[in-house]
Amino acid sequence: MSAETPLDQALQVINIGLEVFARELEAEGVAVVHVDWQPPAGGADVAALLARLDGD
Amino acid sequence: MTIRGAVWRSFYQDSMALMRLAAELRECPGVRQAAALMGTPANHRLIADAGLARPELEGAAAGDLMLAVEASDEQAAEEALAAARRFFEERRRERETAGRASPRTLASALRELPGANLAVVSVPGPHVKLEALGALRHGLHVFVFSDNVPLEDEIELKGFAASRRLLCMGPDCGTAYLGGVGLGFANVVPRGRIGCVAAAGTGLQAVASHLAALGEGISHAIGVGGRDLSEPVGGRMTRLALELLASDPATRVIVLISKPPAPSVMAELDVVISAIAKPVVVCCLGASPAAGHAVATLEDAAGAAVALARGSPWRPRAFSDPVAARARLSSLPGASPRGDHLLGLYTGGTLAHEARLLLEPHLGPIATESVGAERAGHRILDLGADQFTQGRPHPMLDPSERAARVREAGQRADVGVLLVDLVLGRAVHPDPARALAAAVSGARADAAAAGRSLVVVGSVVGTTGDPQDLDAQRAVLESAGILVFPSNAQASRFAASLVEPEASKILLGADS
Repeated sequence: MSAETPLDQALQVINIGLEVFARELEAEGVAVVHVDWQPPAGGADVAALLARLDGD
Repeated sequence: MTIRGAVWRSFYQDSMALMRLAAELRECPGVRQAAALMGTPANHRLIADAGLARPELEGAAAGDLMLAVEASDEQAAEEALAAARRFFEERRRERETAGRASPRTLASALRELPGANLAVVSVPGPHVKLEALGALRHGLHVFVFSDNVPLEDEIELKGFAASRRLLCMGPDCGTAYLGGVGLGFANVVPRGRIGCVAAAGTGLQAVASHLAALGEGISHAIGVGGRDLSEPVGGRMTRLALELLASDPATRVIVLISKPPAPSVMAELDVVISAIAKPVVVCCLGASPAAGHAVATLEDAAGAAVALARGSPWRPRAFSDPVAARARLSSLPGASPRGDHLLGLYTGGTLAHEARLLLEPHLGPIATESVGAERAGHRILDLGADQFTQGRPHPMLDPSERAARVREAGQRADVGVLLVDLVLGRAVHPDPARALAAAVSGARADAAAAGRSLVVVGSVVGTTGDPQDLDAQRAVLESAGILVFPSNAQASRFAASLVEPEASKILLGADS
């Protein structure tokens, strides 16, 4: 999906969180990859700091 | 009775999995109550409130799973904990059999799906910023279902997204439709020529369902999250969404759906809307927009949009079938005394808000907080609000919290009218009517045993395409004695007529 026309491209989805949303999208024929998300060790604050250090 | 607790370190499970596990544990022989929750501070309080606190649970952190079981004896408790181990073992085996070895990070997911253009994010609120920002940085639009996201995180995410002309739908975005694909809680609706921008998740579901019933479909519906039109967020995503739909060739009519925007944001939106060449229906429940076609209810938003798309006349009506509504009112038994007060128990936040707006002119101020619920007075609760969803799934996924409150209402002499919603759609509970109907039957029986009557009024948000089967769900509610109306607005007006005779004269032209 180019940033100029977000409404007209076929969706390809990364699902982060509740798995039910990935399964529903699959059932609709949408390409989807589900992320088996786990909370970062040390909590959100430490993870944000590490992400900044990584330049992510 | 004995209580046993166990902590599984670094074993995060989402709220849906935990809801299913807790339900299975409660079915184990000898188990009186069971909890399966991550070790957040809010969940520690829930465990304590349930009387399940145990020393072994005390050190559990947010990434640790807490299990607590109250059972008839040690052996029953031990067997329930063993059942929990089997539950996760089975899930692991199922995934292996289905070949679902999921990546653990966004970066590795992007390697699997390099053409990804949207991230759907439903992790716990404090973790949303990191995941959503990562997705935006990779050029993905994001749909953030999670609530309990700090306001400053939302401002940062939307500022970053807007600078790259990316959509940041949410936080707390329940529903969206992009190119015919429903995201989050989405009713099955046809594609069509009506485009929506919604800062109100169940509001969008209701409008989309009414549109489908009227034979029209959705081009795109962009959810923006309930806080987008607040002063600090400033309507950033609403403006971008309106702009996109204004230039979208598939969209003939635009509908904006929200609770009342901040006055300064409403003034800015008036300017944006008046510059759009297409008709714009403005359903900002409780606000008075200066631009566009203003409507007062979700049902009217759909009716006005259809009329504008078809070039046909339309006017709002209090009841689609006033004769039938009057007949219903007069057929209610007057023999048993009824409490004076109305209690609304909602799973949809926009629907709760709409009900309050319609009822207050007739009934006076209506409380919306559960604090002090024992105090008499009219009250409408949105059980999907942040205060009720910490550590538990949304009530559209888990009907148990609402069912418990319906049962309580049957015990209360001051409550005479119960007002409810039922929301269907993809990703919603597969059979929400059953839990609600069972609770209503029980509550009405309790009231009758105490020599009182409890009238229950409601409406269903859904379409004939929804997986739950709209007609069957409605029939289940009606079999429990719930008076089901075609819309939340009509149900609310009927409830007002039940509580206040003057309202029945105004709304129905009824004699009493």
